[in-house]
Amino acid sequence: MNKTKSSSMITNLPYIVWSIIFIIAPLIMVAYYAFTDRDANFTLSNIKLLWSGHYPEIFGISILFAVIATAVCFIISYPLALVMVKSSNKVQRNVMLLVMVPMWMNFLIRTYSWRNILSDNGIINTFLESIGIGKLELTGTAGAVIFGMVYNFLPYMILPIYSVMSKLDVKYVEAAEDLGATKIQVLLRVIFPLSLPGVISGITMVFVPSVSTFYISQKLGEGKFMLIGDSIELQFQQANNYNLGASLSLVLMVLIIISMLIMNKFSDDEGAVII
Amino acid sequence: MKKDIIIDLRNISVSFDDQPILKSINLYIRDREFITFLGPSGCGKTTTLRIIAGFLKPDSGEVIFDDKNINDVPPHKRPVNTIFQRYALFPHLNVYENIAFGLQLRKIPKNEIRETVSEMLALVNLKGFEHRNINSLSGGQQQRVAIARALAVKPRVLLLDEPLGALDLKLRKDMQVELKNIQQRMGITFIYVTHDQEEALSMSDTIVVMDNGVIQQIGTPTDIYNEPKNAFVADFIGESNILDGIMRKDFLVEFAGIKFKCVDSGFGENTPVDVVIRPEDVDVVPFEEGMLCGEVTSVTFKGVHYEIIVDIKGFKWMIQSTDYQKVGDKIGISIKPDEIHIMKKSEYSGMFGDYSSYSDEFDELSDVDADMTEEEGDDE
Repeated sequence: MNKTKSSSMITNLPYIVWSIIFIIAPLIMVAYYAFTDRDANFTLSNIKLLWSGHYPEIFGISILFAVIATAVCFIISYPLALVMVKSSNKVQRNVMLLVMVPMWMNFLIRTYSWRNILSDNGIINTFLESIGIGKLELTGTAGAVIFGMVYNFLPYMILPIYSVMSKLDVKYVEAAEDLGATKIQVLLRVIFPLSLPGVISGITMVFVPSVSTFYISQKLGEGKFMLIGDSIELQFQQANNYNLGASLSLVLMVLIIISMLIMNKFSDDEGAVII
Repeated sequence: MKKDIIIDLRNISVSFDDQPILKSINLYIRDREFITFLGPSGCGKTTTLRIIAGFLKPDSGEVIFDDKNINDVPPHKRPVNTIFQRYALFPHLNVYENIAFGLQLRKIPKNEIRETVSEMLALVNLKGFEHRNINSLSGGQQQRVAIARALAVKPRVLLLDEPLGALDLKLRKDMQVELKNIQQRMGITFIYVTHDQEEALSMSDTIVVMDNGVIQQIGTPTDIYNEPKNAFVADFIGESNILDGIMRKDFLVEFAGIKFKCVDSGFGENTPVDVVIRPEDVDVVPFEEGMLCGEVTSVTFKGVHYEIIVDIKGFKWMIQSTDYQKVGDKIGISIKPDEIHIMKKSEYSGMFGDYSSYSDEFDELSDVDADMTEEEGDDE
């Protein structure tokens, strides 16, 4: 008994050390800075500050952009996954490759390339001008920022939905058809509820990075949109106000936890594993 | 065409990847009968069922339902319902919602649905299980929910694809009786697929024996057992000694070097035939009185009888007898004329019916479906 306990301690040790160094300690640091001032005295003023000035607006826009980006990702991914699972293995492999290849490149480089493509002298505007439509302002718009989010995080929506759907047993579909369900009814009453764990997981995996991103809004939004991620970066990198930055991070974290709890309400058991 | 025919399959052929699965099947099914497709794995019985359900389109041939061609009717519009091999109950719905599924699609008022569901639960002896989770049910209970779900929508024909395959022996026997009762009470057609000949014999009105995508014989259980058409059917249904014989003339057949009186005729003179003698029809007599004589090579106690293998002129006979014989005993056997069944030669001649390599163990090993029951545990 003792032996198994000590041996399990040894096998768990790397995990425990890892958790302490990379999860627990940073969390404590964040909380510490959030609730102290520059002189290390306890204070709630950092948190209170977030309810004033332009911070509510920043949170509002961040959440709005993230929700829209997540919704767009879902609208693209779900039909794609549906079509994919019905295709031949070869098609499935190739589409999967197309989805994955951009992820092999660095996130910053991808975003930066899009800035060039969408810029005033980028290939799109050059093309539009040459056919007489004229230049459009593509960067620095809300659309560009949301596009950047969708482009960068789309695979995180496709993969979980596709993976759940490819494991979905065709016998459920046949059973539903057998009982009189049309294709649409099969989709709404059987395929969708059974693929919900993948959808929940996809939504979580797109929403969380979208709501906290800073680079995309800076590059594709040309700094016109201040998101939570940007203001956190601002506090740490330029204003040197670690305390305010930490309190922003803490509130963002609480927001994310709340939204994940809400999501998990929708899928009774399996989705909960994802947290 | 007879009036009570509900389904008529005409020249149905199917192949997957150039591999023929069904070779021009012709078959009609009467309204309200219990018909069983019987055959080994890969014989095409499930494929035939899927064609009737509409999950599969035949490459050629016609599926006629109530005198109408339904080749192009999708599954959800066919008045047939299926009990799937592994039940396929919806895991995201509870027992009530599963059974109500088909009714809700038909926009039936809620109180009627509630009535039908409780009626169905009573029919399958699962009263009070409405709110149970599917995954919390045992295999037998899931089976019953599947039956209730299919019957709730009042199908004309119920298709059952090896529905008892995943149940243990005792439960399987109980469910056989129950299914037969349900069929008679509901008064609808049951099309049943199985590889278990005992199940087929005890439940069916009509048995369709299939092998290799071809129907070998259609008939009542007694016909199939007593008058098998070829060596395959004789061997697949029960135990048989199948010998090479020559029909010398009507009512006289020669096998094992001796001429026997028999009750069959019309084969022509000196025609090679297959002779079937069921092990339980052979009488053991003292050595001197035997029509044929041989030496006992193995004896197995089977409960109701002994299974005795006797070597007679190099051919190993199986005999079932309530009297014990010792290995090495010299015994005689006697066969009455009406216990000899004559069959035309077929592609299966010589493949079955000799017990020289016989052992129980071997029989089980070669039965691919025997380990079906063990898969039951992997449901989650």
